[in-house]
Amino acid sequence: MVNQEIKQKIIEIIEKYKREKEKLVMVLLDVQKLTEFNYIDREWVNIIAEELDIPYTKVYDVLTFYSMFSTKPRGKYIIEICKSAPCHVNKSKEVVAIFEEVLGIKMGETTEDKIFTLQYTSCIGACDISPAVKIGEKVYGNLTKEKIIEIIKEYRGV
Amino acid sequence: MQKTLNIITENVGQIRPDSVDEYIKIGGFEALKKAITMHPLEVIEEIKKSKLQGRGGAAYPTGIKWEQAYYVDKNPKYIICNADEGEPGTFKDKVILDYLPLRLIEGMTIAAYILKSPKGFIYIRGEYPESQRIVSSAIKEAEKMGYLGDDILGTGFSFHIEVLSGAGAYVCGENSALVESSEGKSGRPRIKPPFIKNSGYLGMPTLVNNVETFACVPYIVKEGGEKFAGYGTEFSGGTKLVCLSGNVKNRGVYEVPFGTTLRELIYDIGGGLPEGRKLKFVQLGGSSGPCIPESMLDIKICYKDLKVKGLTLGSGAILVVDDSNCIIDFLKCITEFFYHESCGKCTPCREGNKQLLALVNKFINGSATYNDLETIKKVGQIMKEAAFCGLGETAATAHLSLIKYFEEEFVEHINKKCRANICNFGGDKDGKR
Ligand SMILES: Cc1cc2nc3c(=O)[nH]c(=O)nc-3n(C[C@H](O)[C@H](O)[C@H](O)COP(=O)(O)O)c2cc1C
Ligand code: SF4
Ligand code: FES
Repeated sequence: MVNQEIKQKIIEIIEKYKREKEKLVMVLLDVQKLTEFNYIDREWVNIIAEELDIPYTKVYDVLTFYSMFSTKPRGKYIIEICKSAPCHVNKSKEVVAIFEEVLGIKMGETTEDKIFTLQYTSCIGACDISPAVKIGEKVYGNLTKEKIIEIIKEYRGV
Repeated sequence: MQKTLNIITENVGQIRPDSVDEYIKIGGFEALKKAITMHPLEVIEEIKKSKLQGRGGAAYPTGIKWEQAYYVDKNPKYIICNADEGEPGTFKDKVILDYLPLRLIEGMTIAAYILKSPKGFIYIRGEYPESQRIVSSAIKEAEKMGYLGDDILGTGFSFHIEVLSGAGAYVCGENSALVESSEGKSGRPRIKPPFIKNSGYLGMPTLVNNVETFACVPYIVKEGGEKFAGYGTEFSGGTKLVCLSGNVKNRGVYEVPFGTTLRELIYDIGGGLPEGRKLKFVQLGGSSGPCIPESMLDIKICYKDLKVKGLTLGSGAILVVDDSNCIIDFLKCITEFFYHESCGKCTPCREGNKQLLALVNKFINGSATYNDLETIKKVGQIMKEAAFCGLGETAATAHLSLIKYFEEEFVEHINKKCRANICNFGGDKDGKR
């Protein structure tokens, strides 16, 4: 059963973009923010496909093409660790190890309380403060173990 | 000679980015006012004189691109600003988006006026949500004040700009993939011809330029192409925003005149390497660019000088790598990037990156042979020649250049030696310590 409230919200998003098919990526980005779980459910893909009159497979193709979309529920905060070269030479591997240790999960996993998901990202344009990570929309740089523990505490407190 | 300049980055951080009033106080929109009194071909002539070349990576002469767009006899024409900034190590367009979005908007509006374009898009990567908000706000303010939107400056000419978001795909920076993505589709490159300039957004003629390219235009129109050209070298006009990153003290974005050497940039502007470290190599232009040894640092930042040496400047990313790093481990990072970002449309890139990754891993875990070294060269060369788009064509640039300048380190790995002590041969599978 599709949650009617979500369906309503999806239609509102589609209306905001004037039902233009060209806005599919924008619609998906907004829909992904509808719940705390940072993902797009298959049921919702159906609604989007119908409302925009685009074949389901096409919507699904777009959804799986872009790395910012997820079809599986994720944590409330997505911790994205940059793995591009400028961060790499500033020892981003160590940052990965610290996050894994502090959160008790491996790359790609979500904490049991569904608060954090750990994943990789390509360069986020913060190479001047590498090694860098992005949590939600915020960017943190020049990371050290102390700083990482501090940041996690901050989010846990929220 | 002055080491850094601020032609395009003038007043960065000194004005509220979305304030039209403050932008006008620093000379904003004077170029647009001047452009609407000129014939489109006169504006294009100034851009040609400026020797401005596209700052997105391919360095195509902007004046010629605009002239071609002008003569395309099909309407409406669309304008897309490429703010996808996906090349690792590049963070210079972000400076303009975040601090001087009105300069970009002014540059785009001048292009629109020349081409009688009703509509433009600024395609900003999904990783820059804050930049998207700042640019959207600047667009609204410019519309309110009559510099954008309907009936611009009472000329009867109307031009609207919309911000579009990417969603995390490096290949979308390629101009035909950018257009596909702007249409809401997966960003797979299109076959060319037809070229984007003839058949782009919704099949209509489309002008695609990088953020920095558009941001150079107001200065050129206002001060004249010759003055802009005068800052650079004989072959490369003006200044370039370069992004200094990696193992260097003063990382950041700097505006430098063409003609600056890499050594000046890294040591004088960048402050050199952290204490006790030695420079091993520099990668130019991001992950798709060549890696060069210390002995080549006296080369000038100039499209022609670089080309003579078989090099390119790309987006302006300059990554400094010190001797605590292993060439092969670095290459693994690069290869994983392209393996992940390949869109899968063509075989040389889809399969080539997979093979490259497997080969690099052999060097890391100690099972590589001389034959594997030859295979990397062969696969890399095939990708360069046969891939469908620029992503696959450049994915092996780092491999080929590192083999060219640092072959002995590959050989050391065949003999299970890693001078940086990073590769643990016969340790766990992926070579981690
Ligand atoms: C894989 C790939 C990624 C690219 N990424 C970007 C990018 O992020 N930003 C950009 O301006 N140009 C990028 N380009 C270059 C564009 O295709 C195009 O040449 C450029 O946007 C044209 O603008 P310009 O002439 O002002 O440089 C990329 C090219 C390729 C092949
Ligand atoms: S070269 Fe790579 S990115 Fe480009 S079309 Fe082929 S598979 Fe896609
Ligand atoms: S390489 Fe990590 S932010 Fe650019």
